[in-house]
Amino acid sequence: MNELNTTLLQPFQYEFFIRGIIVAILVGGVNGLLGVYVVLRGMSYIGHGLSHAVFGGAVVSHMLNINIYIGALLWGLISSIAINRVSRSGKVRADAAIGIISTTGFAVGVFLISSTRSFTRNFEALLFGNILGITYLDMIVIAVVSIVVVAFFLLFNRIMLFTIFDRETAKVYGVRTDAVDFVFSILLAIVVIATMNAIGVTLLAAVIVAPAISARLLTNNFTKMLILSTVIGAITAFAGMYVSFLFDSASGATIVLFSASVFGIVILYRVHKQLHRRVIHKHMHKWDHEHH
Amino acid sequence: MVAVSIKDITYGYTHAPVLERINLDVSRGEVVGLLGPNGSGKSTLLKIIAGLIKPWSGSIEFGDGMSNRPVIGYMPQVDGIDLDFPITVEEVVALGLWNRSRGVMPWHTSRYVREKVYNVLEDLGMSSKAKSQIGELSGGEQKRVFLARAIVHDPELLLLDEPTTGADPSTRDDILRMLHELNRKTKVTIILSTHDIIGVAMNLPRVVCLNKRIMVDGYAKDVLTKDNLLRVYGLIDSM
Repeated sequence: MNELNTTLLQPFQYEFFIRGIIVAILVGGVNGLLGVYVVLRGMSYIGHGLSHAVFGGAVVSHMLNINIYIGALLWGLISSIAINRVSRSGKVRADAAIGIISTTGFAVGVFLISSTRSFTRNFEALLFGNILGITYLDMIVIAVVSIVVVAFFLLFNRIMLFTIFDRETAKVYGVRTDAVDFVFSILLAIVVIATMNAIGVTLLAAVIVAPAISARLLTNNFTKMLILSTVIGAITAFAGMYVSFLFDSASGATIVLFSASVFGIVILYRVHKQLHRRVIHKHMHKWDHEHH
Repeated sequence: MVAVSIKDITYGYTHAPVLERINLDVSRGEVVGLLGPNGSGKSTLLKIIAGLIKPWSGSIEFGDGMSNRPVIGYMPQVDGIDLDFPITVEEVVALGLWNRSRGVMPWHTSRYVREKVYNVLEDLGMSSKAKSQIGELSGGEQKRVFLARAIVHDPELLLLDEPTTGADPSTRDDILRMLHELNRKTKVTIILSTHDIIGVAMNLPRVVCLNKRIMVDGYAKDVLTKDNLLRVYGLIDSM
């Protein structure tokens, strides 16, 4: 027993592991929170799109010897605004806009990596996430981003709720819905960039969407959904990061597998609940029939 | 005293206009029904008045009895809203007071808001459903909730897009009765769209028949004649 405890607690001796775990909890929580708005806006694909798009920016900025966060942020903002504009034009649907804009950004990154053989940086962590790739700077960035995101939603929760529930009426009532969209896009781009080292750009979408849809299946209450999604996100990211160390697997992939497992469990729970309700209903119906 | 003055409005979604040279004055405290078939431009005109759509030409002026842009209460068609959204009845209504919602902390709902929401739900016979999810309600109940949100912030101008469509006759009559009472008490100006000739239009003091242009405008009893309806709808079967 003591041996098992020692094995399980052993990773906590390493500073990089503790750093990775802190980042994972923050990343999972903040993506879970943001994911609620993404899912309820019916734009689940946007996280996938944005994360792919910023990869191009990160590679380009690395080539130009600029901090990859700056390049990725600029690229993310431009992509985000472009997706919003194109999808609001009415002629192109949001999914199509995300598909073309994000894949182009990703293609730029892949093209540059494959055609230039002089890279010293390993982009594998950026693609699939790696606990070893998480730096002290990443931890500071995600901590600041988490504070900004939580503060934003506490202050502007009603405006966000009004905009995603009934955009047209919100506009009549003086909510600047275009500004809300713009700020939300910026926040999403910032979170994607702050998260990409831990999760990896190719897997990030699941971390945004999975906790939110699991929470949606568990509750009909908006506030509870926000809390549940944040908690599910943080727990699955913690578990995924921890297991990724034990199995030496990519952290992003492991976290996504945990998120997907929670979603699967929630689905099974719902099915079980429905069957249980049906059985009770059937018995009550039979009892009624026999006694009347 | 004119509350809303629609001056020479023309607008279309593609190159063909949906509304053409619309001129209409609505007095303060008046109740006006926009009647016409589907696609006649009723909803579009309401959206232009609400400021959601900028017309190709023409303008909307608000009378001197109101501030520059009056406080508007708006009820959209419910079909455009995701009714599976995780939101309760009281939360929906409180959105009408979004800029007055703050309590001690930004996310806290103030007592003022809670009371206003409760009172308006009580007036519409919906207070027992305050904690229900919007998606759990019947079509008629949902109409009442969106109407509650439209009036909770004491608007000067109420724009209602098909407020009774999909409601059963009893709910429809309740909504109309409630609107007339609100208008009598507060002198709120009401413009609503409908395609229900017998249930709604006949119970309104003024009806404007619309089909791209204003075809007839006047007292309901004068407007809703066989000849006029034939001109507006091209058919009389809807009577």
